[in-house]
Parts: sequence; C-alpha cells; structure tokens
Amino acid sequence: MDELNALFGGFAVALSAYHILLMVIGITLGVVIGVLPGLGGANGVAILLPLTFTMPPTSAIILLTSIYWGALFGGAITSILFNIPGEPWSVATTFDGHPMAQNGKADEALVGAFTASFVGAIFAVCLITFLAPVVAKFALKFGPAEFFAVQFLTFASFIGMGRGSPFKTIASMCLGFALASVGLDGVTGTLRMTFGQDELLNGFKFLVAVIGLFGIGEILCSMEDGLKFNGAAAKLRMDAVIRTWKQLPGMWLTFLRSCIVGCWMGITPGGATPASFMGYGIAKRLSKRGDNFGKGELEGVVAPETAAHAAGTAALLPMLTLGIPGSPTAAVLLGGLLIWGLQPGPLLFVEQKDFVWGLIASMYLGNVVGLIMVLTCVPFFAAILRVPFSIIAPAIVFVCAIGAFTVNNAMFDVWMMLVFGVLGYLFNKLRYPLPPLVLALVLGDQAESSFRQAMLVSQGNVGVFWSNWLCGGIMTLGLVMAFWPALQALRAKLSSNHAVARAA
Amino acid sequence: MSSNEETEERPLVSYRTLDIAVAIFFLVVAAIVITDSLRLGIAWKPNEGPQPGLFPFYIVVAMGLASLVNLAQALPHTPDGEKIATTIPGIKRMAAIFVPAVVFVLATNYIGIYVSAAIYIGAFMVFFGKFPVWKAAAVSLGIAIVNFMMFEVWFLVPLPKGPLETALGY
Repeated sequence: MDELNALFGGFAVALSAYHILLMVIGITLGVVIGVLPGLGGANGVAILLPLTFTMPPTSAIILLTSIYWGALFGGAITSILFNIPGEPWSVATTFDGHPMAQNGKADEALVGAFTASFVGAIFAVCLITFLAPVVAKFALKFGPAEFFAVQFLTFASFIGMGRGSPFKTIASMCLGFALASVGLDGVTGTLRMTFGQDELLNGFKFLVAVIGLFGIGEILCSMEDGLKFNGAAAKLRMDAVIRTWKQLPGMWLTFLRSCIVGCWMGITPGGATPASFMGYGIAKRLSKRGDNFGKGELEGVVAPETAAHAAGTAALLPMLTLGIPGSPTAAVLLGGLLIWGLQPGPLLFVEQKDFVWGLIASMYLGNVVGLIMVLTCVPFFAAILRVPFSIIAPAIVFVCAIGAFTVNNAMFDVWMMLVFGVLGYLFNKLRYPLPPLVLALVLGDQAESSFRQAMLVSQGNVGVFWSNWLCGGIMTLGLVMAFWPALQALRAKLSSNHAVARAA
Repeated sequence: MSSNEETEERPLVSYRTLDIAVAIFFLVVAAIVITDSLRLGIAWKPNEGPQPGLFPFYIVVAMGLASLVNLAQALPHTPDGEKIATTIPGIKRMAAIFVPAVVFVLATNYIGIYVSAAIYIGAFMVFFGKFPVWKAAAVSLGIAIVNFMMFEVWFLVPLPKGPLETALGY
C-alpha cells in the first residue's frame, strides 16, 4: 500500500496546469519527431535536453518523457499511412497497418495502433509502479561486484538476444566502451587516448554520438533512398474509434502476450524494436486469424504496437532503479538526470521520493494525454509529411548541429557529430546495431569503475563475481547470454549432423 | 541518351567492399587503443588495483577479435556480398546534403550559426528542391529567426554568433 500512497503523492506533483501544458507540448513535439524521418526518440530528446537545464528536474523529466511517448505514438502514423516507418520499432506495424490503409481502413488501423500503444504503456507503467520500489530496495544492498554483474548481463543480453551477427554486436559495443574510456580516467586521474589533443580531455559526449549516429545517419539514409511520400489521406471520424474499440476486447490474449513480451524486452535491454517483431511473430503463430496476417488484419497492428510501447516504457524501470537504461532513449534521459544533479539508481527512491513518484504519475497522465491528442490530431500530424523533404532535411541538420553544440558549447562536438553521422550511416547499412554502442558509451565509465572497485576489494581475484548466489547467478546468466549464439550454432550443427547420419 | 542512363544506375560499392572497409576501420581503432593502453600499463599494481590501461585493453582486444571474424566473413565472394550498397546517384544525393553541411559547420565559426543555417537551408531548397528563390529565402529566414528567438531570447541558450548578431546588439 505504500506504493499507492506514494503514487497519489506523485499525482499531486504531476497534476498541475503547468505540467499538463508541458505534457501537451512534449507529446506534440514527440509526435512530430516520430513522424519526421531522421529525428527519433533518442536524438529528439538529446537535442531538446539543453532547453530543460533551467527547469526544475521534475518538470524537465515530464517534458522529456512526454516527448518519448509522443515519438512512440508518432511512429505508427507514418507506418500506416505512408508505409514508411518513422521509427525502427514501427517497422512491424507496416506489415498489416499499411494494407489496412490501402483497403480504406486507415482510421481503424490508426485507432487500433494508438489504443494498443496506450494499453502496452499503461501495463508497463503499472509494472514499474509496483516493481520499481522492490527492485530499488533490493539494489540498495548491491556492491560494486553486483553492479558490474548487472551491467555485464545488460551487455551480454545484446549479444544473446540481438538479431543479426553477434560479432558485429560485439564490435559495435566494444567501440562504445573504447570511446567511453577516452579522456580523464576517473579512478587514477591519468589521461587516456587523448594523444595530446585538448578537445579530447572530456572524452566523447554520448549525446553528440546519439545526435550524429541517429540524426545525421538517418538523414543520409533517407537522402540516398530519395524519399517519396505517397500516402493515404487520414480522415479520422469519431465513429471509427467506437467501431475499432468494439473489436479490441476479443484480442485480449494478444494484448496480454504482447505486454509480457514487451516488458521483458524492455527491462532486459532488448528494446522496443525486437519486442515489436517478437510481438508480431508470436501473435501470427498463435492467433486464430494468424493466416490473415500481412493482408491487413487489425490484430497484426495491435500486437507489435502493444509490445513496442510496453518495451519502450519498461526500459525506464532499470534506468530508475539501477541506473542502467534499457534503451538508447532511456540512456539519454539518464544523461539528463545526471546533468540535473540526480544520481539514478536505488538511492533515488530514498532521497528523491517526490521526483520519482512525480515521474511515475506523469507516465500515467502523459499516456492518457497522448492518447487523446493523437486520436484528435492525426490529420494535422499526417500533414507534416507534406512538407517537402528539401526543407526538412537541412532544417534537421541545423537542429542537430544546435543540439550537438549545446552539449558542451564546443564547435568540436559539431564536427564530431558529422563524423558520427557517417559512422551511423555505415553501421545502418551494414547492420551493425547502434543501441549497444550508445549504451556502452553511456555506461562505460560506470561499468569500468565498478569492475575496478570489485577487483580492488578482492585483490585481483575474479572469483569475487561468484562470491554470493545473487552476483554469481547474474554473472552466470550473463555468460549464458554472451555465448547463446555460439550454443545455438553448436546445436544447429549437431542436429544437422544427426539428420545427415540418419539419412545415410 | 542510353549511356547517360547507364551512368546514373552505375553501382559504386558492393556490400562486400563496404564490410571489409568497416572491419578494417575497427581494426585500426583497436590498434590505436591498444598502443595507448600499453603505454598506460595493463598490469596489476599491488594496493592500487588494475592500471588505467587494463580495461580498455581487454575491451579492444575483444573488439579486434570480433572484427577479424567480421573481416573473415566479409572476404569470400558471396551473392549477398556482391549486392550493391551504394550507387553513384545515391552517393550524389547524400553528398548534396553532407558536403554543404560541412561548409555550414565551417562557416558557423565565422558568421554564426543562424546566418550560416539560413544560407544552408535556402541554398539547399534552391539547388536541390528547385524552389523559387523568394520562397527559399522566406522559409530559411523564418527557420533561422524562430530558432534565434527560441534559443537566444526565450531559453537563453547562447549559440555561436557572428558579425550580424553583434551589429544587432546580441
């Protein structure tokens, strides 16, 4: 019951006219960011972060999380109407969403997607409400070894659950760690990898990397494809809302499955994108109407959207309780917390009660406000895509440059942004995953210092990571995750050998 | 005419070439970091713990090994690897936004970010978007002024400014 009391306290914080206004502004910006190619949740929040430095932290995080909700909602609009996923996590939404639009059921697809997003998000927020305080209390007992174990598990999960080549994941992740180690070493105060360059003293700023990798990289990809928008018009009548909502209760099982998949993928840093594909895949396999998937089935829109939002929201749980973000956007929010002088992690729940519960309450409110806004304003948001790309592209580069500059008031960062942009384009093209790089860049210093502290305590004995059941369990799970692709490859080989033997 | 079309569709790089180039880039980064880690020391110091080079060293060794595997996987000629990654028109379109972006950042040092951005957006609209000059001028000035108001006046975030802003008293 403590949680409920605290939550009501949180509502008292979040429910002010000023905060509701911030939510409306944030969600509008977020949807615009989600609709535009080249701007996504992570770099949108990164660019706007400097504007919040003068605000009180609670208001600032309400604004920024609202942008995040907006971006999650916005991705669905372009997927359904234009068959262009505005965000990576809405790729799976195009499979059934766009066929529905072509069949003249765009309004139903949109309502279905928004409602599904809302359900997924609220499910994950409920989970955060009741689970976060428990996890935080538990994590208060963590020492450096336990923290390193959790961080190890985080990164190992990328290898174990990633799609595509595990070696590319490792390379991308280690590049993040290597970039994070540039600059002043926090433990001994020596300069590392600076090669006498003063600009490198402070190391690489991950916000600059996010803006370059996602923003500029994305613009380069869009330019190469030569974007053409040809979409269905979005007319959303209110009777479509009722019509769609009548169909949804029959899909409760799909909702539940996608919620669970999404929450799991969000807490372990699988992220929203794989969650949406998994949600779609599971629904396709298990649903009665699975055969119709891909031809414009409402359930095929609901499944990935629910999972993506549940994952996107659940990613904030480890960020708040352990200081380990579950997605690139959560990582940017974590950077924001640090700049406002709040140390994310278990102590946050003890020392900054108002802030934490205000934030959790704002997640409920933000999603309600978001649902109402997107249901009423779809035609307006869809109209954004009628703005010619030759205006949008340079304007986005300009905004990215502002974002990169304001991180540290340095032109050097703007140059770095361009370099990261080229890198982001190449990584995108060659399917090197970007989230591991970003998370390694954010957590690199922390992971390294908890590793070194743990080693110091144990005088160099690696056995410290297996010194108690908790730490040992997490480390073992991490190792299993890290070698999961290898195990699977081995199993596939063994079974094919069997098959060959039997055939012979 | 037909030769013209052929040049437009001409492929520039295959995935294989690009994959190899990126894997080599990773190896170069690994070599740089390893060199500096060794300078910093990767040993264990009694009572002090690991030397500052230890963690980066093992991280980039892992990166180097993974990149070697990536390189090995990219080297054989496969149908997937022969697919075209970028065509000449594709790279031209990318250059159309990227090269001016470099000029824009360079110009920011001298004339400030707002003037530089207005020129950048306007020029891109005229040359790439084929907009009439007056429209391009209106849109680009509008974007620059809105951003100026937002950052310099409302949120008080100082951005690089040039002679024009100084003349206006900022």
